[in-house]
Amino acid sequence: MASSKTITVEVDDVRYTDDVEPRLLLVQYLRERLGKTGTLVGCDTTNCGACTVHLDGVSVKSCTMLAVQADGHKVTTIEGMAQDGKLAPLQEAFHQCHALQCGFCTPGMIMQSASLLKENPHPTEAEIRDGLEGNLCRCTGYQNIVAAVKSVADGTVYDDSGVSTTAGETETAGVS
Amino acid sequence: MIPSAFDYAAPATVEEALGLLAAADAAGDDVKVLAGGQSLLPVMKLRMADPSMVVDLGRIAGLNGVTDSGDSLLIGAMTPHHVVATDPLIAQHVPLLAQAAATVADPQVRHRGTFGGALVHADPAGDLPAPVLAAGATFLISGPGGQRSVDAADFFQGYFTTAVEEGEILTGIRVPKYTGWGSHYEKFTRVAQQWSIVAVAALVRVEAGTITEARIGLTNMASTPLRAAAVEAALAGGPATADAIAAAAAHAAEGTDPASDLNGDAAYRAHLAQVLTKRAVLAAVGLQAGA
Amino acid sequence: MTATTERSSAEVGKARLRKEDRHLVTGRSRFTDNMVLPGMLHLAMVRSPYAHAKITAVDTAAAKSSPGVMAVLTGADVAGEQGSLPNAWPITPDQKAPAHGAIAVDEVAFAGEVVAVIVARTAAAARDAVERVDVSYDELPVVMDLEEAFTDKVLAHTSLESNKSATWVFDSAEAGTGSSVQDAIDSAEVLIERTFYQQRLIPAFMEPRSTVVDPTGEQITMWTATQIPHILRLMLALTLGIPESKVRVIAPDVGGGFGGKLQVTPEEVITVLAARHTGKPCKYTETRSESLQAGHHGRAQVQRLKLSAKRDGTVTGLSVNLLADMGAYLGLVTSGIPILGAFMYNSIYKFPAYRFECNNIFTNKTWTDAYRGAGRPEATFAIERLMDELATELNMDPLAVREKNWIRHEEFPFATVAGLEYDTGNYEAATAKAVDLFDYQGMRAEQKRRRDANDPVQLGIGVSTFTEMCGLAPSRVLGSLSYGAGGWEHAQVRVLPTGNIEVVTGSSAHGQGHETAWSQLVADRLGVPFENVEVLHGDTQISQRGLDTYGSRSLTVGGMAVLAAADKVIEKAKVVAAHMMEASEEDIEFSAGSFNVKGTDQSTSLGEIALATFAAHNLPDGFEPNLDSDATFDPSNFSYPHGTHLAAIEVDTETGHVGILKYVCVDDVGVVVNPMLVEGQVHGGLAQGIAQALYEEAVHDDAGTLVTGSFVDYLVPSAPDLPHYITGRTETPATSNQLGAKGVGEAGTIASTPAIVNGVLDAVRHLGVKDIKMPCTPSRVWHALQDAKTTGGVR
Repeated sequence: MASSKTITVEVDDVRYTDDVEPRLLLVQYLRERLGKTGTLVGCDTTNCGACTVHLDGVSVKSCTMLAVQADGHKVTTIEGMAQDGKLAPLQEAFHQCHALQCGFCTPGMIMQSASLLKENPHPTEAEIRDGLEGNLCRCTGYQNIVAAVKSVADGTVYDDSGVSTTAGETETAGVS
Repeated sequence: MIPSAFDYAAPATVEEALGLLAAADAAGDDVKVLAGGQSLLPVMKLRMADPSMVVDLGRIAGLNGVTDSGDSLLIGAMTPHHVVATDPLIAQHVPLLAQAAATVADPQVRHRGTFGGALVHADPAGDLPAPVLAAGATFLISGPGGQRSVDAADFFQGYFTTAVEEGEILTGIRVPKYTGWGSHYEKFTRVAQQWSIVAVAALVRVEAGTITEARIGLTNMASTPLRAAAVEAALAGGPATADAIAAAAAHAAEGTDPASDLNGDAAYRAHLAQVLTKRAVLAAVGLQAGA
Repeated sequence: MTATTERSSAEVGKARLRKEDRHLVTGRSRFTDNMVLPGMLHLAMVRSPYAHAKITAVDTAAAKSSPGVMAVLTGADVAGEQGSLPNAWPITPDQKAPAHGAIAVDEVAFAGEVVAVIVARTAAAARDAVERVDVSYDELPVVMDLEEAFTDKVLAHTSLESNKSATWVFDSAEAGTGSSVQDAIDSAEVLIERTFYQQRLIPAFMEPRSTVVDPTGEQITMWTATQIPHILRLMLALTLGIPESKVRVIAPDVGGGFGGKLQVTPEEVITVLAARHTGKPCKYTETRSESLQAGHHGRAQVQRLKLSAKRDGTVTGLSVNLLADMGAYLGLVTSGIPILGAFMYNSIYKFPAYRFECNNIFTNKTWTDAYRGAGRPEATFAIERLMDELATELNMDPLAVREKNWIRHEEFPFATVAGLEYDTGNYEAATAKAVDLFDYQGMRAEQKRRRDANDPVQLGIGVSTFTEMCGLAPSRVLGSLSYGAGGWEHAQVRVLPTGNIEVVTGSSAHGQGHETAWSQLVADRLGVPFENVEVLHGDTQISQRGLDTYGSRSLTVGGMAVLAAADKVIEKAKVVAAHMMEASEEDIEFSAGSFNVKGTDQSTSLGEIALATFAAHNLPDGFEPNLDSDATFDPSNFSYPHGTHLAAIEVDTETGHVGILKYVCVDDVGVVVNPMLVEGQVHGGLAQGIAQALYEEAVHDDAGTLVTGSFVDYLVPSAPDLPHYITGRTETPATSNQLGAKGVGEAGTIASTPAIVNGVLDAVRHLGVKDIKMPCTPSRVWHALQDAKTTGGVR
């Protein structure tokens, strides 16, 4: 039987030391050992991106990494994004732009979007779409996700009206 | 989703890694070398690979990065794709590699996946083998008998098979500089995230309107990456015009042996190779942006 | 309603941001797989690698002694208690169906069918032990192709004498809704005969299915990723022979469904059995590979069509002969999916003769069932493709052919040839708006330019109109179609002593935004702030009655129940208000959350009344304490959203690649409660419909193995693969409900598939291509172009 390894990982600003089986995936460590169930698993072939977290500040798929590989590293999950009860701009933007429906892809989308904006703070719509190529969403058709990321890049997020300002794209005509 | 149990070691040096591989081999362990893990871990999760021992190269210093060694660049085997895609030395001297690396999988995978790991994995649909072959790179391999180097032409030996033997480790790839050459990687997929159905890597040197040399690599046109030798010969010495390039590209499928699968049959791939070669060369010589 | 009730509409129509979002964007989600219970055991399934085989032996000894394994159950172990998974829609009295145990006992009929389950202390231990179960199979011949299955040369089940499950026929001449199709065909000036293939799709919700069952206590509690907690509870009780009252089903956060979680799954039943056998809480979470292989699929039909018309473009009749692939078993509503389409082949058109015949056929594939649109996308695809074929035949503009045949605005209400009554619609308005947003003439000019220039990238304009039947469904209609349940929905509105409102709805959301929309409805109706309304759903102990979420029914049925309950609360409150203010009930007016005595300045608020009814110190004689009401709404008719979609499609004739240059849709979903939510539903529907046209197909090899068994090969598009959608709306209120709403959940999926395929063909038809099967892959498009040069271009 494979022997366990001791790892120390900083997750969302807290240091954890644990014994883990080498085969334990980082996402399983986060979810099952640390209770960080905000990070989700949507596939088994590194396609869907639901499990995206940051490893030392860059996006990785936590289902395609062993927990032992994270030893000595810093991990940020969706649960570490809001600070002092205030949503991170991307979290706020996803809400404002109706960029989520069932919410299952959302943690991964937000984490990948954050990584994308770090590498390219002012992306075009095409660059945003390309930057999200490794994240699948089945609900939104992506348009509002792209809009949310754009709104953060453009600095137009944060509106406390409680009403969407982006849903106005629909042109409506009343017909009796 | 859950791999079989395995023993794990993360050596600090190449020598230590080689020792672990030798010991594992002696003990009859089925050992796998873990680089970025972006291809290995998925197949382990699906239990299509069940190693009893995994040797992780991730803690070895000195295998990661790009260095200038005169007329070539040395790319550490553990250099992540996103570094290859953005490195200024590569952008200056072999932008073809940067462009190809930027098409691998998706951003998260490019953050973890490594240049050397992808080359040793040698997926026929992978995006790095053909450009590396076209560039005539040299592979630096460490093993029990010391270091050896293998030319790209001899490195890719078959479906998922390379010159790296059991007990050996790829440590780096030496790529000649193509400063001033035109280049383009033309990749064709059905959806963005997909492996290449066919792709073409073109390195073209143009002097005074004449193509003096062309090096063309084909992705997924056989069990290994191929050079499109007939195209290269047809281009060399000819004018850098759309007509000449189209005529030369018509030879792209010669000597290929593409597979048939859900994304297309061999005839379709043979056709794609010609279209994509034309587009790649046109873009490389600056006549038309690649699609 | 009484004249003294004034309705405000400050909320309805407003793009309220969602109440559901905060926990989802911060990772405080409550998906089923997040659940952990003390001592919880984990399940892993042993699945058949064969599509059809006799099980001759199952050796579980090695698995049972594997570390951490607590139990291994085989079909034989549970044969006496597992029952047969339910089919709630026997479409004919003589419908045939094989017994369908959750764990196969003697025979497997598709690859991926469960043959044993491991119950272990950890998920890893369970997975490890799967390898140690030794199942002996005798392979049987498989039948994979639907048309071949129809011949009965190879049987999908040895227990059945035929692959035919049922034949269902609708004939307008027999039904008295129209004339004879055969007469129409015999006298046709133009006859269009086509066969279309609706490929197999996989719903591919992002959250893999997961179930946790806690057998402790006096009831079994199940958390599960389902669209249908109420139906599931009833069906579990019937399947397992336990009283319904002993089962509680909770659908916590559910990560998408699209019909794929409208099912009573073997895995849910197995998790109950495992919990019952071990006495411990048990969890099963499928892998994506398992989800793609064994979660139900959708579509999978062969449509043989004959459309008769006059040379002026007037359609005179339509004959539909359908083969529908059931897969290996009948799931919850598998058999009825084609029937949902039967009423929609005539779509927005008024031709007089229609015949529909469907043969439901078994194959050795994963069973099919509801997938977004469920029968209606297939029907819309068929008629909209045929309208384009007719336009081509007659050299008419495709919009002109449609206009010649559609029901004109002034002709509503309209009794259709399929026997439905369309209440309202305005196809002219939606089409005009779409044409305008699209710049139809400009696109036609650009198309001509590219054709004249022999441009390697050709442009096609894809047209699709649609209507659908939403708001499933009037219970009487379901009864007439032999469906096993009604179509009503239930709601409760409770005014709490604090004045806050709790709304309980039987319609359980999984991403649609019910909590937000229902809050808007109730805030308006009761005159309370949006923030003060809490919506509860998805737990059979909280929401005791309901028929759940599918068929674009939530607002038009569930929302109406909520409004009806709120209206009852107002009526009750008036009684108390009159008592408190010593006035007569007739003199009480309700407006903006306050009850006034007519002609005086005396008033009291809903909150004050709620507190009074809670304290119950001084209530009218016979008044029951507390201010709450239940309502059940059964719709009198379906609702009929409609729309016009236009797609500008670029086809690279060198590679066969298809790109979407512009996509415009104008949908008429009636009165809109929250335009932001409506637009979100349209976007998501478009993505799935476009994916059917271009990307997705569940492919099996000849032996029955699913080749597209992971997201590597089952191509769900990501952001760069889809266009920016231009959406517009017209608003023609429905008359079948008091709000005038119609339903939007499936609209985008229904119209976008034919719009895209019509566009692809419009781009290459002049090059000799006549048809391309879905998905229109680059390879298929290129081959069709090659074939056009030789054989006429069908691919």
